[in-house]
Amino acid sequence: MNIHEYQAKQLLAKYGVAVPFEIPAKSLAEVRPAADKIAASGSSRVVVKSQIHAGGRGKGTFKTGFQGGVKVASSVDEAVSFAEKMLGNVLVTKQTGADGRKVQTLLLAAGEKIKKEFYLAVLLDRANSRPLVMASTEGGMDIEEVAEKHPEKIFKEHIDPAVGIMPFQARKISAALGLKGDLFNAGVKLITGVYNTWWECDAAMVELNPLAVVELADGKETVMALDAKISLDDNALYRHKDILEMRDLNEEAPLEIEASKFNLNYIKLDGSIACLVNGAGLAMATMDIIQHFGGNPANFLDVGGGASKEQVTAAFKIILSDPNVKGILVNIFGGIMDCNVIATGIVAAVKETHLNIPLVVRLEGNNVAAGKKTLAESGVAIITGDSMADAAQKVVKAVGK
Amino acid sequence: MSILVKPNTKVLVQGITGSFGAKHAQLSIDYGTQIVAGVTPGKGGQFFEHGGKKIPIFDTVADAVKQTGATASAVFVPPPFAADAILEGADAGLELVVAITEGIPVRDMVRVKRALQGNPKTRLIGPNCPGVVTPGDGKDSHGGCRIGIAPGYIHKKGHIGVVSRSGTLTYEAVWQLTSRGVGQSTCVGIGGDPVNGTSHLDVIKLFNDDPDTHGIIMIGEIGGSAEEEAAEWIKKKCKKPVAGFIAGATAPPGRRMGHAGAIVSGGKGTAEAKISAFKAAGIGVAVTPSEMADTLLKMM
Repeated sequence: MNIHEYQAKQLLAKYGVAVPFEIPAKSLAEVRPAADKIAASGSSRVVVKSQIHAGGRGKGTFKTGFQGGVKVASSVDEAVSFAEKMLGNVLVTKQTGADGRKVQTLLLAAGEKIKKEFYLAVLLDRANSRPLVMASTEGGMDIEEVAEKHPEKIFKEHIDPAVGIMPFQARKISAALGLKGDLFNAGVKLITGVYNTWWECDAAMVELNPLAVVELADGKETVMALDAKISLDDNALYRHKDILEMRDLNEEAPLEIEASKFNLNYIKLDGSIACLVNGAGLAMATMDIIQHFGGNPANFLDVGGGASKEQVTAAFKIILSDPNVKGILVNIFGGIMDCNVIATGIVAAVKETHLNIPLVVRLEGNNVAAGKKTLAESGVAIITGDSMADAAQKVVKAVGK
Repeated sequence: MSILVKPNTKVLVQGITGSFGAKHAQLSIDYGTQIVAGVTPGKGGQFFEHGGKKIPIFDTVADAVKQTGATASAVFVPPPFAADAILEGADAGLELVVAITEGIPVRDMVRVKRALQGNPKTRLIGPNCPGVVTPGDGKDSHGGCRIGIAPGYIHKKGHIGVVSRSGTLTYEAVWQLTSRGVGQSTCVGIGGDPVNGTSHLDVIKLFNDDPDTHGIIMIGEIGGSAEEEAAEWIKKKCKKPVAGFIAGATAPPGRRMGHAGAIVSGGKGTAEAKISAFKAAGIGVAVTPSEMADTLLKMM
């Protein structure tokens, strides 16, 4: 699960990470009081930030033509006028796709005087199953580009999960960022807090880009998280009720939400051939083989270990609500489940959904002969495939007609 | 011969009284696997009865091991308790713990993996995996050792090792082999999570050392770099033909494809990179998942 920037910073702040003075606003009525408070805090500028689950906001464009999903206002009035152009409008960035995302929350933040920008992230290093803290002096940049062109500019520190981050490790990272004196100590505190946020919240990734050295009103400098992104381990949400409440369904595809109600794992893609498969690996492989034979998969859909009539019916309804779908490939390896039960479920689902596009079914496994017979004698138009290759070729051909 | 388990391996089932654990304990008993004990805390002293057999249930894995001599376990306990169950198995001195449970938090597995470093005797397979099957001599491979949830009858005793992250894709490969009259030494599902106990490479090394394994099918998917690491080793050290398939070439970056570990992030873990690592290592790459068995058989 992903959360918004303002939510991420709320979590970080709990673990002692310094963040700018900032207030989220969900309606225009909330914008002016929030901007007033920020101005009253002594900040001469108010940053207005669109809250969507996608990067590239600053360089994004609203469908109204308004440029920039992040704006720096030099007065409260200007902040309100930016907010009017953002809130409720659809922002398109390089990460949202052409459809963009509707901005439903703004974050109003004090405009900090930035002296230097860094990058800091915590994630799992799958190669050795340990947490990894990554830091770079190249802040505000695309970190993947830095990793590719200047790998020496990325500092990596692995954390032993038995003891957690040790103070010396936070000091090493703070030193690697070139922080000195009071800033060095502030860096140690912040780095420790970021790691603890990752660990305690069961995050998949915590990323500050940028983490910045800022100059305060009194001329002193400190470090703070100017932007933050947190994604969470879905499997651990059961023990974080407070974080689960941060879920924003507006940011998720409606069909994917609907699918999850039926324990279906559905991800919409752009193609025309829908697939319904049991098992994630086989589902990916089915998408691949459709493409191999010249088609384009319309979705990933894993019905899990079983494939009951209810699940197949729900899956068909979800698949069919995608207007691009011109044909369906069902690929079930019924290892333990009886293929005849699956076949009966498919026939019932076809009838219930009044399916009128080509359907190719490939069944394999337990009692497969009876399953194929049920399909053949059902009176509904089902094309059967003997192997994955055969079925994929048949569905590509049927859709191409 | 085989790897990890033999037909006479004594197996206990952690979570034998849950519906999922019970169902698959029954199927393993039907397959002829030596299921010797069940463990469900609070139900010690009761019995799990199936097919005329009375399997004793214990409160702790330590008791079960002491009383029955079990050396391997299948973990079916729900995600919040799975890390505890795995480490209990290791503490009891089991040689093999196979965690079937799907949905264990990554942080729990990070801690389990770290703790297991102090327990080198125990090998963990999984979690989120179909388990391990060493086919038997009987009809439909009856009499083999089945730990987990794979359908037993699709197997056939023989000389091909299969290792995969995915369940049904493993069955697909196994079935392709069996349908062509080619048997398997052992089939291992290592699981689809980002942190797992045993990697592709670990299993490949075991197959390489097993005199009864003559060829290997390795099935991978997007995410991480375990396939690349295995390929690197195969290139230098593997004495046996290896064919492979990578699932997820069409998966969009940044999206998790069902398995918690199946995600291309930051341009890493792509099918393309894995396939080219396979090719560079002399691994036969199945162009489609329909050709996994044929690709290997052509190499042998």
